[in-house]
Amino acid sequence: MSGETRSWERFDRRRRLGRSIGWLVALVVFVGSWQFLDMDLVAAETVPREVNDLLTRMYPPDVAYAGDIVAPLIETLHIAALGTAGALVLAVPVALLAAENTTPNRATYWLGKVIVTVSRSVNTIIWALVFVVVFGSGPLAGAVAIAFRSVGFLGKLLGEEIEEIDFGQVEAVRAAGASPVQTLLYGILPQVKPALVGLSVYRWDINVRDSTILGFVGAGGIGVQLFRAVNAFAWGSVATILLVILGVVIASEVISAYARGLVR
Amino acid sequence: MAAGERTWQRPSVFGRREIKWGVYAAVVAFFAWSALGIGADPSRIVRGLGRGVTLLGDFFPPDATPRQAQRIVDKMIESVAMAMVATVTGIALSVPIAFMAAENLSPTPLYYLNRGFISISRAFNAIIVAILVVKAVGLGPLAGIVTITFKTVGFFSKLLAEDIEDIDGGSVDAVRAAGASPLQTLLYGVVPQIVPRFAGLSVYRWDINIRTSTVVGIVGAGGIGSVLLTAFNRYDYQYVSAILLAIVLVVLVAEGVSAVVRRRYQ
Repeated sequence: MSGETRSWERFDRRRRLGRSIGWLVALVVFVGSWQFLDMDLVAAETVPREVNDLLTRMYPPDVAYAGDIVAPLIETLHIAALGTAGALVLAVPVALLAAENTTPNRATYWLGKVIVTVSRSVNTIIWALVFVVVFGSGPLAGAVAIAFRSVGFLGKLLGEEIEEIDFGQVEAVRAAGASPVQTLLYGILPQVKPALVGLSVYRWDINVRDSTILGFVGAGGIGVQLFRAVNAFAWGSVATILLVILGVVIASEVISAYARGLVR
Repeated sequence: MAAGERTWQRPSVFGRREIKWGVYAAVVAFFAWSALGIGADPSRIVRGLGRGVTLLGDFFPPDATPRQAQRIVDKMIESVAMAMVATVTGIALSVPIAFMAAENLSPTPLYYLNRGFISISRAFNAIIVAILVVKAVGLGPLAGIVTITFKTVGFFSKLLAEDIEDIDGGSVDAVRAAGASPLQTLLYGVVPQIVPRFAGLSVYRWDINIRTSTVVGIVGAGGIGSVLLTAFNRYDYQYVSAILLAIVLVVLVAEGVSAVVRRRYQ
């Protein structure tokens, strides 16, 4: 080849080196983690067989069992609805604290951020463990757990919406002599109302999914039945419950998407 | 008031005010039914609040004996390791599924099959999946890895498939017109367009996986969750709060790393 030939390279040398190191680190972490977990590959080989076994036992679903899960299913929906409503009530003040333009001072701003962070980092099922101790086992603990988990999500996203409002309107309302509550109702609320509705419906949809697991720690809902059926190896019943959950989750997703389409 | 005076009313999504108030009434009625249904009477809530304050007192200060602290560290590393492995396996499995679930690349039956799989994976909470997987493969981190992998595939392939559907068809056509084979078209026409999103999504999912890996242990699928459940069952609340603190810290670090990396890529 003559020296004139030039070849095209997508990345320069430094970026190529960076990418190679990135891949290498990823590989080392992966292999290291695998080694650390100390799982023999024999176990991994049996996985497909075991899963297959489970699936054959689940078929056909126990249709007669469907009647028994109507009540727990309704309870699950109640938990999701009340949890979302409770979260919304708690999230509005949190959002006002966590938004830079409405928070009274630095300390309240950080308080808002801390509430949001703690609520979001702790999983629903851990909140449920805590509230089962507080309220005793049952759906009330579940609803409160759902509410506490959702506060962070709603507070964070609502706070971001509040930060983006047009503050001129707020000042106009205030200049007309409105009290702080009136400023909130007529200056801020109308501007974030679509987001408020959209986010609540979205969170409700997530909460329907989350409330199906509360039963494992005794916080009510359809999870109680599911856990019982799994422990009794009643795989036909398990399959029925799973199908019902699938249906409800997809239905709530459709409702949520439709409602969010309306307010957008 | 003069008959000619007109008042202004805000327009509403519902069109008519009667419908609006009807919808509001229905929603309130549903909440009332819910409150009755789950037994949320005020006296119970007040009693619970009292117990909540007591519990908060028991939680503070977080405390763990050296052995317990060691156990937290060990199990936390197990959680993180599970998340790492499952992120890699999950993403590796997601890529083909995402291509098969993209409407513009995949034949219709294959498209529906993969979309169905994605819906199922997304519909079930990780805990439910973990319970079934634990029954299938036994207790331990392997169950956690399988669970998190399964959840990752649903999330990752859905978002990646949407990105693939949004690519610019022009560059794909150009590569094909230059005489590329189907595989080459994929590699040089499609892949470069989705790589930046791919990197961002991977890190985002890794962050979620760290969160998930801290709870699947509650049903026996490895990681710190099992320690938390044991501590709860022994009413060792100072230990519980130490574990919770560890979980919050790890989740925050993961979220921070993920946010930094995603900002650099996007």
